[in-house]
Amino acid sequence: MSHGPSAPASSHASGHGHDTPYEPVFTPGSARKKELDDIITRYPDKRAALLPALWMIQQERGWIPEAAMIEVGDQLGCTAAYVKGVVTFYTMYHQHPVGRHFIQVCTTSPCLCAGADKVVEAFLEHTGCKELGLTSADGKYTVIEVECLGACGFATPVQINEEYVENVTPEQVPAILAGLQ
Amino acid sequence: MGYPHKSHPRETPVLSKHFGEAEARTLDGWKKRGGYKALAQALATDPLAIQDVIKASGLRGRGGAGFPTGLKWSFMKIGDGKPHYLCCNADESEPGTFKDREIMRWTPHALIEGCAIAAHAIGAETAYIYIRGEFTEPIRVMEAALAEARAAGIIGKNAMGSGKTVDVWVHKGAGAYICGEETALMNSLEGKRGNPRIKPPFPAVSGLFGKPTTINNVETLAAVPHILNNGAEWYKAMCLASPKSTGSKLYSVCGNVAKPGNYEVVMGFSFKEFLYDLCGGPLPGRKFKALIPGGSSVPTITIEEAEQVKMDYEGFLEQGTMLGSGGVIIFDDAQSMPRQLARIARFYAHESCAQCTQCREGTAWMTKILERIVAGQGTFEDLDTIFDLSEQMTGKTICVLSDSCGAPVVSGITKFRGEFEALIKGRRSSTVAVGAP
Repeated sequence: MSHGPSAPASSHASGHGHDTPYEPVFTPGSARKKELDDIITRYPDKRAALLPALWMIQQERGWIPEAAMIEVGDQLGCTAAYVKGVVTFYTMYHQHPVGRHFIQVCTTSPCLCAGADKVVEAFLEHTGCKELGLTSADGKYTVIEVECLGACGFATPVQINEEYVENVTPEQVPAILAGLQ
Repeated sequence: MGYPHKSHPRETPVLSKHFGEAEARTLDGWKKRGGYKALAQALATDPLAIQDVIKASGLRGRGGAGFPTGLKWSFMKIGDGKPHYLCCNADESEPGTFKDREIMRWTPHALIEGCAIAAHAIGAETAYIYIRGEFTEPIRVMEAALAEARAAGIIGKNAMGSGKTVDVWVHKGAGAYICGEETALMNSLEGKRGNPRIKPPFPAVSGLFGKPTTINNVETLAAVPHILNNGAEWYKAMCLASPKSTGSKLYSVCGNVAKPGNYEVVMGFSFKEFLYDLCGGPLPGRKFKALIPGGSSVPTITIEEAEQVKMDYEGFLEQGTMLGSGGVIIFDDAQSMPRQLARIARFYAHESCAQCTQCREGTAWMTKILERIVAGQGTFEDLDTIFDLSEQMTGKTICVLSDSCGAPVVSGITKFRGEFEALIKGRRSSTVAVGAP
């Protein structure tokens, strides 16, 4: 439930920017195509594989370009407009490229008790992102606030790409960033 | 509970007994702990007989609503010739709640076993575990456990050699609190925007893919194997107060407290003892001030009210709040209630699916007013407006997200009006201790 990036980041973040030609993910015979076809068999309606298909796109391309919405729509028998409607509903799908390290700091009530707002400030300062949702000039980081990561007893939790870091304090932020490749 | 703290002697660890034991995550480890006996027995038992055991146990939904689980299952007409579905709601996103995450991280097979038993009991061959997208680790653990169970023939076609098909799949969400609402969850699973549906029709009539469906919370399903193994009477006996609330319950405790974490106690346990003994009381030099005991959607209570509570569905209601999900958020005397409640309102404004006007506009408006008050720009009329607004937002929308925004706020203003008035009068609240953020 992230507050998604508010502005497009520059294209160097993931190597797949708005201007990069789109390479399809579900090409015939590819591992992803096989994976998608396998997932489709779990449901009576192949459209149920839409969220999984979008996850695969994001894993491969770093975000969900409009061309991918056409590709996914073709795979699952729906229009690109329909796919866009779904993409825009869910906050975890990136509609713009983001930094290599996508940092989500939980600031919901229990984390606010623990001083999550100060953790956000520390990440903004040490990544050089300056503003929430913007990507740092080197394309390494994007920092956003997130609505409840569901780890309230380990405040403040921070999600960096796929991983949770728990009990984060502002003082730990430089070391956490230094540990990222 | 065993993770991250050692289990307290006054806890009753049933679901949390193996939290923190890496071996319990594996199939062999789970079998060593008595796993999959209940499923083997269940698959050889008539579905209606399983429903009867669950009914007799008194198990009620642990996701927040507290609906009797056996009764819910009995709404599914066995043998109606239609495919039936089970959805496990693992979209745990209610601020203050992090119990299902631990169940999935440490005892994935307990959930798989519960899902498979429930699926059989409602005449379903397929169960989907809908896990919120942020829960990457629980998803990995669940996927690994499912792969093991599938390879061992425990789930799938001819599950445990029973001749019956019970398939269980993980479905990953993508960031939307509202998908924890059962009809929104079904829409999301179908590959749609997660907008809640108008009820009726209820899911048992027309649910996932338009077919009869039951949706149960993770904690509810994880309790099922234990009930079958130990019997309904054993479960029913875990009751210290109201006979309508039975069994053990996991509580997630967070906010300003010495030992945040998950705790499992029997229904009817003293909230006072729970807060001061099990959870270690307030932080050094602080005092508890207020609590939201059932996830952020339930009314705020004062510590004085909390100390009277017997922890069960009825006990929390008696003090004007709800057991909800069991996510206990604690605020101490250093916290500003206006600031905290404004943050909670902002959560709901962000998570509104925006279908219903009352919710889309109301949650945003309430947030604006509260943030204005916190910024020292509020008026006394603002407080009246919030009460009026909350009334317009309650009971008038497709789902209860709208109601959930008003519940903690209105009760919070009623009980801590002084703090709001102090901000409106342009000075810091006298009830907030020195050193407050």
